[in-house]
Amino acid sequence: MTGTSSDLTRADVAELSRLLGSGEVSAVEVTRAHLDRIAADDGRLGAYLHVEDDAALAAAAAVDQARATGAELGPLAGVPLALKDLVVTEGVPTTSGSKILEGWRPPYSATVATRLAEAGTVLLGKTNMDEFAMGSSTENSAYQVTRNPWDADRIPGGSSGGSSAAVAGHLAPWSIGTDTGGSIRQPAALTGLVGHKPTYGSVSRYGLIAFSSSLDQAGPMARTVLDAAVMHEVIGGHDPRDSTSIDTPLARLADAAREGAAGDLRGVRVGVVRELGGDGHAEGYEPGVLARTREAIEVLAGLGAEVTEVSCPSFDLALPAYYLIAPSEASSNLARYEGVRFGLRAGDDGSRDLDEVMAITREQGFGPEVKRRIILGTYALSSGYYEAYYGQAQKVRTLITRDFSAAFADVDVLVSPTTPTVAFPIGTRVDDPISMYAADLCTLPASLAGLPAISVPSGLSEGLPVGLQVMAPALADDRCYRVAAALEAAQDAARGHRLLDELGATAGAA
Amino acid sequence: MTSTADRLVEFDDVLTRYEPVIGLETHVELGTASKMFCGCATTFGAEPNTQTCPVCLGMPGSLPVANAAAVEATIKIGLALGCRIANWSRFARKNYFYPDIPKGFQTSQYDEPLCVAGHLDVEVDGTTHRVEIERVHLEEDTGKNLHVGGATGRIHGADHSLIDFNRAGIPLVEIVTRPVPGAGRLAPEVARAYVTELREIVQALGVSDVRMEQGSLRCDVNISLNPVGDLEWGTRTETKNVNSLRSVERAVRFEMRRQAAVLDGGGRIVQETRHFHEDTGSTSSGRSKEEATDYRYFPEPDLVPLAPDAEWIEKLRAELPELPAARRARLQQEWGISGTEMTWLANAGALGLVEQTVAAGATPGDARKWWLGDLARRANEAGTELGELAITPAQVAELVGLVNAGTINDGLARQVLDGVLAGQGGPAQVVEAQGLAVMGESDELVAAVEAAIAGAPDVIAKVKAGKVQALGALVGAVMKTTRGKADAPTVKRMLEERVLGS
Repeated sequence: MTGTSSDLTRADVAELSRLLGSGEVSAVEVTRAHLDRIAADDGRLGAYLHVEDDAALAAAAAVDQARATGAELGPLAGVPLALKDLVVTEGVPTTSGSKILEGWRPPYSATVATRLAEAGTVLLGKTNMDEFAMGSSTENSAYQVTRNPWDADRIPGGSSGGSSAAVAGHLAPWSIGTDTGGSIRQPAALTGLVGHKPTYGSVSRYGLIAFSSSLDQAGPMARTVLDAAVMHEVIGGHDPRDSTSIDTPLARLADAAREGAAGDLRGVRVGVVRELGGDGHAEGYEPGVLARTREAIEVLAGLGAEVTEVSCPSFDLALPAYYLIAPSEASSNLARYEGVRFGLRAGDDGSRDLDEVMAITREQGFGPEVKRRIILGTYALSSGYYEAYYGQAQKVRTLITRDFSAAFADVDVLVSPTTPTVAFPIGTRVDDPISMYAADLCTLPASLAGLPAISVPSGLSEGLPVGLQVMAPALADDRCYRVAAALEAAQDAARGHRLLDELGATAGAA
Repeated sequence: MTSTADRLVEFDDVLTRYEPVIGLETHVELGTASKMFCGCATTFGAEPNTQTCPVCLGMPGSLPVANAAAVEATIKIGLALGCRIANWSRFARKNYFYPDIPKGFQTSQYDEPLCVAGHLDVEVDGTTHRVEIERVHLEEDTGKNLHVGGATGRIHGADHSLIDFNRAGIPLVEIVTRPVPGAGRLAPEVARAYVTELREIVQALGVSDVRMEQGSLRCDVNISLNPVGDLEWGTRTETKNVNSLRSVERAVRFEMRRQAAVLDGGGRIVQETRHFHEDTGSTSSGRSKEEATDYRYFPEPDLVPLAPDAEWIEKLRAELPELPAARRARLQQEWGISGTEMTWLANAGALGLVEQTVAAGATPGDARKWWLGDLARRANEAGTELGELAITPAQVAELVGLVNAGTINDGLARQVLDGVLAGQGGPAQVVEAQGLAVMGESDELVAAVEAAIAGAPDVIAKVKAGKVQALGALVGAVMKTTRGKADAPTVKRMLEERVLGS
């Protein structure tokens, strides 16, 4: 029983789908195995803010019953999943990691959540995150610290750190994260997972609690490239409720992952971005990270890819531009939290006027990083400063997009480390925002340009996971999956097992 | 913030020392079936908060999608005002905190509006005034605050406030004029004529019911004064939510008189928002603009830019209905009236009423006579618009028909109007119910005529001596005894038959 249960929580989605489809296991068994594991381990990891328990079991039982009556079910029916807590779920607490939304039960569901539910997946719960997705370590959550399953003293990345810890810690087979400046890719890299940020506009933002509207995208976090591609196909595609949603059919992503896994990259031109850890730009990058990146690129070359170095000089400006654009949009997006219609209302004791109640509510409801960014964004949008800050940052964004366009004239994908360092110890950067912001150095350019980018494990450094980032032109998400799957298959074969399995041999069994 | 007793300068006096510059910002609530950024219904008067959804309530995660019908309506208004339609236009967020703004910002347009650089010509007292239109843009309406417990419905002194979000997100078109100098004495009338003409245009386009009393057309009036001959304009005030045509005129007039008094006293006009009070016709200070919010406009990232293509714009241009100015020119010719008469009709808001009355069978002359005469007087006395009187053009045509058929005379017709306006039914019904029809040669009338003859032998003698016009006194006497119900020409003929034997 324990053996089976453990196997079920360690299986990837492709395997779970096969087991469920053949009737070897029931959806209730799979869900119960995960709930048991959450009950046993989440006290230590702190991945979940809310667990569905009975509701999850009921949903799983409904799948089993449908299957028993011979209903035609999709391949994902009965597969459990976790959602980052900024994905709005009808009737299920949704806080975006903030006290200001404590107790809010939304009256509607995000398109992403609806599509996954329609595919028959079972919601296990909502995962921890940096408050309003502002952070790179999940330490900015208003509720709890989340620990990296590889080393409990280290951060799991952020802002989708609850999602990364849940999947790496075997508390969910896969999860939804969101990425504004790297919040899917960076936590995936730091926990040995695959994480993909789709082309901006290719996954609906309807029902994702907004941080920075022109950057936010939801995407898959999974144990394999194929699983990520399968989830992407479920959540992707046009949504009339999101006016920035692109009305073109998705590329064939799972097929691209399978094609990549076959190991032939002949004819694929891979550009290595000099400005992201290359010669003269290696300051702040750990040697182990650079070594794993070099090795991964050699693997790609060994599979037939043509590797060249390319220069994207504007990438050096990505960090300052991002920290003007994202806070500016956030300062406006977060204005709705004033205690009038939902969430926290503080100080309304009859003695204070409206402005005071709004101010006290926001003072109590928001954490320090959120306040910092609201102040930063408010300043950047102020009359007289707009052109110098927000306007200038938008111009940098155009320059970065041009650098990408120039590069993609010569290569099919661009690669870089996903992060400059491996997961850092909890508490070491919270008081130093600039060093915290630097964790997103490599992921910001693709975010600002709205391009698809994936992080795929490239090995370990000092016993901790390192990720390789693969970036592609807009709507060419399939290239990310193909190249990532090729690396994954080659490294798994050379290693004899998945990178994540090494976690089971060390800390995971605790 | 109650109205204090402002010192005022006599209006004619103002003009001896100052020149006014006016400007108008008009909000038109579009009559689309659904809201600007979501699918909610827009029915006026529905139960509070029954026409809402996560989008128009600003729920976390919700996103706007622009209503194509509202974009089309805005372009039509722009075209009717001779604007250039932008081939690239964006929504922008106007950030400020207020409970009736669900998102903490209003989705509006800032430096990239849909329509720019148009104009509207209005006629006042036989002269044409060109009002330049700076921009026509599209935005969403706010919710409605209801302050409970205060004396005036204002937030000041209120016990608590309620918010109805049914109106939040209804598409709103804002039409902004450039400053209008040079109207001088006519500034109040020009302002009114502009709003009247704009309202007629929007009505003709069929994109809004433009009912000022329901708030689907709202007006903010900017006014400044500068000393006669000064090239530099004075500091302006913005009087908010002026909600009838008459109030537009009164607000301009009042602000001119108030500002002149301030300037005369050596004072300085504060750039501020002012409130108009319907009851007193005065304005009072609102929040000073100097301490107003920095709206931190930036392009709305949740909405893609609007890029109306030239072909679509030309199609909309071709489909525009006959506009009021063209219609007036046509009707003026059809009715054979002067330009001045037409302007009176238009400025009185009587054009459509007269046209409908003519369509219902009255002659243009008769229709105009009643609408501009008795009915205009009654509307003025009641302080309402002509169109709000409780009488339809068809009823006016019916009244005219009764007069022309001789069933009633003009005097009786006025009594019939009283009845119709009092809700006693249509003209024929009132005539019937109150017995107001003109008397034929009935026994009663014969008796009245003969009594008049018998009672005035001196008059009869004069008439027989050749002074026929003296019979007029007897006509009057008969009209009096019949309480106006007799037909004067008939009475005259009957008297002549009896006295002169002709």
